[in-house]
Amino acid sequence: MPETAMDRAASATPPGIARRVRGLSDRAIAWLFVAPTIFLLLAINIFPLIWTIRLSFTNFRANRPNADVEWVGLRNYQRILSDPEIWQTMQATAHFLFWTLFFQVLIGFALAWLINAKFRSSNFWTTVIVLPMMLSPAVVGNFWTFLYQPQIGLFNYVVAFVSGADPTSFSMIGDVPLAPWAIVIVDTWMWTPFVMLICLAGLRSIPESIYEAAECDRASKWRQFWTITVPMVLPFLMLAVLFRGIENFKMFDLVVQLTGGGPGSTTELTSINLKREAFEKWRTGYASAYAVILFVTVFGLASIYVKALNKVKER
Amino acid sequence: MKRFINGLIRLRRGPWEMVASILIAVGVVMLMQPFALWAYSWSFLVTLTGTVMFLITSHFPE
Repeated sequence: MPETAMDRAASATPPGIARRVRGLSDRAIAWLFVAPTIFLLLAINIFPLIWTIRLSFTNFRANRPNADVEWVGLRNYQRILSDPEIWQTMQATAHFLFWTLFFQVLIGFALAWLINAKFRSSNFWTTVIVLPMMLSPAVVGNFWTFLYQPQIGLFNYVVAFVSGADPTSFSMIGDVPLAPWAIVIVDTWMWTPFVMLICLAGLRSIPESIYEAAECDRASKWRQFWTITVPMVLPFLMLAVLFRGIENFKMFDLVVQLTGGGPGSTTELTSINLKREAFEKWRTGYASAYAVILFVTVFGLASIYVKALNKVKER
Repeated sequence: MKRFINGLIRLRRGPWEMVASILIAVGVVMLMQPFALWAYSWSFLVTLTGTVMFLITSHFPE
C-alpha cells in the first residue's frame, strides 16, 4: 500500500510529541491548531479595541503616562458630537467617499466592459490600466502634487488647452472649491483599476451560453445588458464598493501627501483629524472616543452591506 | 405591511434586521449631512442603537 501524506507526517513527528498528542481528541487537536490564531486575534484586535473603549471614557494623554487619569464619563463623546470642526471633517469625508465610489464604479465597470470585448492588444491595455494601482500612495501623492502645480503642472495645461482658461489662474490643491475634487481625481485615477479587475472577473464568469439563449429569444443587446450582465456582475461590484468604501473611509496617506488636509481644513478627512488629535495634540482619551464613533459607523455599514451582498448572491 | 408587523411581534429575524439596517443608514446620513448640527449630535446614538440591534437580531430565528 502506498504511503500517504498523513503516514509521512506521523513518521516525521518526534516520538515524545507523538506520545503526548496520541491521547488528545480530534476536537482538542483542532483547538491546538486554532489557538495561535485566536491568541493573535485577541492580542492584536480585541484587546486594543476594549482598551480604546475604556480610554474613551477618560482624559488620558499618552505623552503624560504618569499623570493622574480622570474618569470623564461621556464628556469626550459629547464634545466630539457638538464640535462643528469635526462635523466639517465628516462632511469632507462624505464628499470624498461618495464621489470616489461613484466615479470608480462608473469608470471601472466601463473599462471592464471594454477590456472584456477582447480586442487586439487587450492584455497590454489591461496591464497599462492596472499600473497606477501598483504604485505607492506616497509616490502617487508626490507626483500628482507636481502635476497640479499652477506654473509647471501638466494638469493645469491640459485643462487650459481644453477650456481656454489661463493655466496659472487656478490651483487644484490651493483653491478651497477645487481641493476636494483634486483628491477625488487622484484616488479615482489610482483605484479605478481595482474596481475594473473585480468587474472583469465578474464579466468573465458569465457563461456564453446565457447570451446565446438570449440571442435565440431575440433579446436586444440593451435588454441582455440589464437582465444578464448587470445582475450577474452585481455581487462582484458590491464587493468592490465594500472594499473601496472601507478603504476610503480611513484614507490617510494619499491625502496627506497631496494636500496635508488643506487649504485650511477643506480636505481634512476624519482619519487625518483623528491622527492630529491623537499624536499632535496628544488627547488620547478624546481621540479614542473619536475612533470608537468611526468604528461603530464602519461596523454598522459593513454589517448591512454584507447582508445585502448575501441576498444578491442568493438570487 | 401586516406580515412585517407580525414578524416584529413574533421576533423574526427579517423585519428586525430591516429596522436595524434603517437605523444604521439613518445614523450615517445624520453623521455626514451638512444641514443640521442637532442631527449630527444624535447620529452616533442612532447608529449605535442600530448596530447593537443588528448584532442581537441576527441571532433571531428566520
